[in-house]
Amino acid sequence: MKDIKVYGPGCKRCETTEAMVKEAAQKLGVDVSVEKVTDPRAIAMAGVMSTPGISIDGKLVHSGGLPDGKKLEGWLAG
Amino acid sequence: MSLPVSEPQPKSHESLLWNLGVAAVAVLWWLIYKQLSPLAEWLVSLLPVERSSHTGEALAFFFYDVPKVMMLLTGVVFAMGVVRSFFSPEKTRAFLSGKREGAGNVLASCLGVLTPFCSCSAVPLFIGFVSAGIPLGVTFSFLIAAPMVNEVALALLVGLVGWKVALTYLGFGLGVAIVAGWIIGKLRLEGWLQDWVRDIHSGATTVEAIEGDHLTLAERYRLGIEAVREIFAKVWLWIVLGIAAGALIHGYVPENLMAEIMGADAWWSVPAAVVMGIPMYTNAAGVIPIVEALLGKGAALGTVLAFMMSVIALSMPEMLILRQVLTLRLIAVFIGVVASGILAVGYLFNLLF
Repeated sequence: MKDIKVYGPGCKRCETTEAMVKEAAQKLGVDVSVEKVTDPRAIAMAGVMSTPGISIDGKLVHSGGLPDGKKLEGWLAG
Repeated sequence: MSLPVSEPQPKSHESLLWNLGVAAVAVLWWLIYKQLSPLAEWLVSLLPVERSSHTGEALAFFFYDVPKVMMLLTGVVFAMGVVRSFFSPEKTRAFLSGKREGAGNVLASCLGVLTPFCSCSAVPLFIGFVSAGIPLGVTFSFLIAAPMVNEVALALLVGLVGWKVALTYLGFGLGVAIVAGWIIGKLRLEGWLQDWVRDIHSGATTVEAIEGDHLTLAERYRLGIEAVREIFAKVWLWIVLGIAAGALIHGYVPENLMAEIMGADAWWSVPAAVVMGIPMYTNAAGVIPIVEALLGKGAALGTVLAFMMSVIALSMPEMLILRQVLTLRLIAVFIGVVASGILAVGYLFNLLF
């Protein structure tokens, strides 16, 4: 099970990102738990400077803008 | 980071296609853009209104400006989207972290224009900067310039008011950001941050190593297209409403009425414009068509620019976002310093032109 966090204060792009992550995980059949992090303090602590950011098992893989669909599947599969 | 070198063949082919495609669209864009004025006149001539009547004037203004602004916006936002793909907040931070105040303020303001930024990530960005040891004043220079001097404002100014005013806005916008940030830095207000911000030490980001520089040209173009889509979803309604308001002013407000209220002789008009602009929240897209119409009716350029800067740079929603990291006292100083800078720009302009 992969522990995924989506960082973002709740703007539209952040919500879209969360949905993309869930969708991609379902498509690949990867077991994930997705947590949305909205607290600015927690976002900053994770080292995210531009939202939305994504971390997988504690490792930051993306920050700023919507993730690319193919890359996202790559991170989830890897 | 080194990538396997075995597959550049299809990639360069794809880049070539993209380059050709972008060039073709650019030519088409230019051809259509040149035809907008006759097109608007033709549209008005189809309608049962007198061209020289108030309604006719307003309609011609509307039919000409809406497509013109939309096209300019598409071009500029796309270009900026591609340019911005070379920048990131992480790179900007790394670049600024060794810089002193002064030069740092200048660099931060310029990077504020070029770095992709959305006000919803203002807080993490602020913390990221401050915790990396970038001086508070330099951080503020970035945060003032980023929303104020944006591609939407510049595109609209070029299209509606002319490139000279657009360049002036760019110059003075950067000027306000540099000076206001420098003053805030000199005031040594680090103690006025919220307590938790001072204690934070965010880890140096690792994203840079992952995302890095290896975007292909095609990916950069795609980012440009993405930027256009996103900006349009956000601002198209504002533009139409703003141009409609501008068209009404253009058609119906008597000549020189604005010259009395917002003319260069009315000394109080500049502060009034700044104060009025703070609670008003619209983005550049909504305010600039109105600006154009006001200018046409004799309002002074300095007063109008001050109004515009105040509306865009000092907005309530952004203050509320920053409230999470700044104390009220610091926000008050921030508003005070930036507002003074805008005032100075307004007066200077009215004096010069």
